[in-house]
Amino acid sequence: MSGHSNYEFKNPLVNWVDSRLPIVSLIKGQAMDFPTPKNLNYWWTFGGILAIMLVLQLITGIVLVMHYTPTADLAFDSVEHIMRDVNYGWLLRYMHANGASMFFIAVYIHIFRGMYYGSYKEPREVLWMLGVFIFIAMMATAFMGYVLPWGQMSFWGAKVITNLFSAIPFVGDSIVTWLWGGFNVGDPTLNRFFSLHYLLPFVLAALVFLHIWALHVPGNNNPTGVEVKSEADTLPFHPYYTMKDLFAIVVFLMFMAAFVFFAPNFMGHADNYIEANPLSTPPHIVPEWYFLPFYAILRSIPDKLLGVIAMFSSLLILLALPWLDSSRVRSGKYRPIFKQLFWIFVFNCLVLGVVGGQPPEGIWVTIGRISTAYYFLHFIILLPLIGLLESPKPLPASISEDVLAKSGAKSS
Amino acid sequence: MKKLFKSLAIASILGALMSPQALASSSEGYIPAKNYSFSFEGIFGTYDRAQLQRGFLVYKEVCSACHGLKRVRYRNLAEPGGPELTKAQAKAIAKEAEVTDGPNEEGEMFTRPGQLSDAFVSPYPNDEAAKAANGGALPPDLSLITKARSGWHGTLKSLFTYSLFNGSGGPEYVASLLTGYSHEAPNGEEKDGLSYNPYFPALWIAMPAPLSGDDVEYADGTKATVEQQAKDVAAFLTWAAEPKMEERKSLGLIVMLYLAVFSILLYLVKKAIWANVKH
Repeated sequence: MSGHSNYEFKNPLVNWVDSRLPIVSLIKGQAMDFPTPKNLNYWWTFGGILAIMLVLQLITGIVLVMHYTPTADLAFDSVEHIMRDVNYGWLLRYMHANGASMFFIAVYIHIFRGMYYGSYKEPREVLWMLGVFIFIAMMATAFMGYVLPWGQMSFWGAKVITNLFSAIPFVGDSIVTWLWGGFNVGDPTLNRFFSLHYLLPFVLAALVFLHIWALHVPGNNNPTGVEVKSEADTLPFHPYYTMKDLFAIVVFLMFMAAFVFFAPNFMGHADNYIEANPLSTPPHIVPEWYFLPFYAILRSIPDKLLGVIAMFSSLLILLALPWLDSSRVRSGKYRPIFKQLFWIFVFNCLVLGVVGGQPPEGIWVTIGRISTAYYFLHFIILLPLIGLLESPKPLPASISEDVLAKSGAKSS
Repeated sequence: MKKLFKSLAIASILGALMSPQALASSSEGYIPAKNYSFSFEGIFGTYDRAQLQRGFLVYKEVCSACHGLKRVRYRNLAEPGGPELTKAQAKAIAKEAEVTDGPNEEGEMFTRPGQLSDAFVSPYPNDEAAKAANGGALPPDLSLITKARSGWHGTLKSLFTYSLFNGSGGPEYVASLLTGYSHEAPNGEEKDGLSYNPYFPALWIAMPAPLSGDDVEYADGTKATVEQQAKDVAAFLTWAAEPKMEERKSLGLIVMLYLAVFSILLYLVKKAIWANVKH
């Protein structure tokens, strides 16, 4: 981002451009020569995977819009038109719909990786917080995207989620009417959701840019959590990590293709192939799988307003994570108690997901409440406390030393 | 790497439990669909042309009296990956339909024989007329029925062996429903205008038993039992809901093969680049 370039290029034209707009040096410095810790494992490839997923969603989405009609009368028909009459329309739609699920699979892995290796800690707090904003923007985008096919789950999901705002005291009902653009979810709602669903991905792209910028100031964290000490700890990003990431991206695309081509509706819900009908409520209204843990938190609180507050808090508390974790050791690898709590936390999130998909009856209510309580307990009590109580294992002096110790152990 | 795969495996199992299809939503006495096997299951599965043609006959002779198929066009019947009737056959079928068109130069609507480019003409002009003719119950359009219904829910086994590889059981649901009228209601209960059918989630269905055996005469000599007709029409409706399935799967195999070879090459390149680095 500096005005002056440290690079000299052989090609005079490139030099001419670069001395006026240092974009070539920017790419060379930030995407090729960028010093990257040499011990990153495959969990670190999900950042690159996510960037590719965003691009894929943008491309398929922009082409889908060329054939889609955002009105309540025609939306469902136009989606079927895409599936039947548009050349490779079925491929575009299945890629876009499954792409959303894949995006969330990758982002959840990416977030848990950050949590395990303490990537949120100083000096990467802003990087982490930008990540949380990206996650929230993704959720809003995905929610509005699911409304667009105008099936039964689209309609009723939109209704249930927008209705949450009616919990706000005094002005709740007015806000909901304002969100809907009428007295029920309808044409105006679909239109504005379509508009925002097109807008938000670009906001997302801007946030991703800031996220990468904030990453390139302190550089990558790494599995040891020990900061880079010397050049011997790093490798240039290209070709080492470009190739490693590319390999991981292609493997991930295979995973995605398996769903797109052979089980395209596995992640979806049969009810969404029924056209939206405001007069007929489906027996169970469930959001898409990636919202289920938060849906479970919402329903675990008997009071509507408090439930909404709990749900939003469960997301926003992530912003405070860098200050809730009191340990000075970054990587979970060297924190014996934290490591176990981390896996319990992951398991608890999955339990919340299962609970979110069940009707709120009987044992599921109890499990949901315990899991919800534990979710917050993990952040508010356990993380601050164990940082003080636990005695971490000795850290390696540097990344190189850790790598050498490991490869030495392997060869002997 | 090993740890990564282990964690991914555990996550995917728990993830599958979260799938909306894992929802149990049914009345007591409800039976999940019979696991009929169809030729279109699995990654190599294709439609059985003869079966689709038989199923089309059942739809045309029986179902179409009350159920529309508005998202399918007559030309689709002759397209590859479907029943693959000849163009002349499809044209003849289209011609039998009376299509409302217009307005003409005098501003009047008129009817004309159907063409290949027309969508299947629904039996009723609108939902209200359909309800009025059927005692208040709406016979749903069948264009998407096999994708809009799921046949089984619940266990992990049903998710992995059925839902992931063979879909959510929509075709099986249709076939089971059509053969499910032979079940007696508990305690011999009867309801006015409704039939007992344990494969129907609400158990009591407004549609009377549509098939009684030999409702159609198959040109290929297949015996038209209730079960045979039910399976055939379920297969036909699966094609109607997912007409691009064969194209999708065959392209999928090429894509997977391409990505597999590409990923192996990338792995080798990556390995060569990293060969001299201790990491």
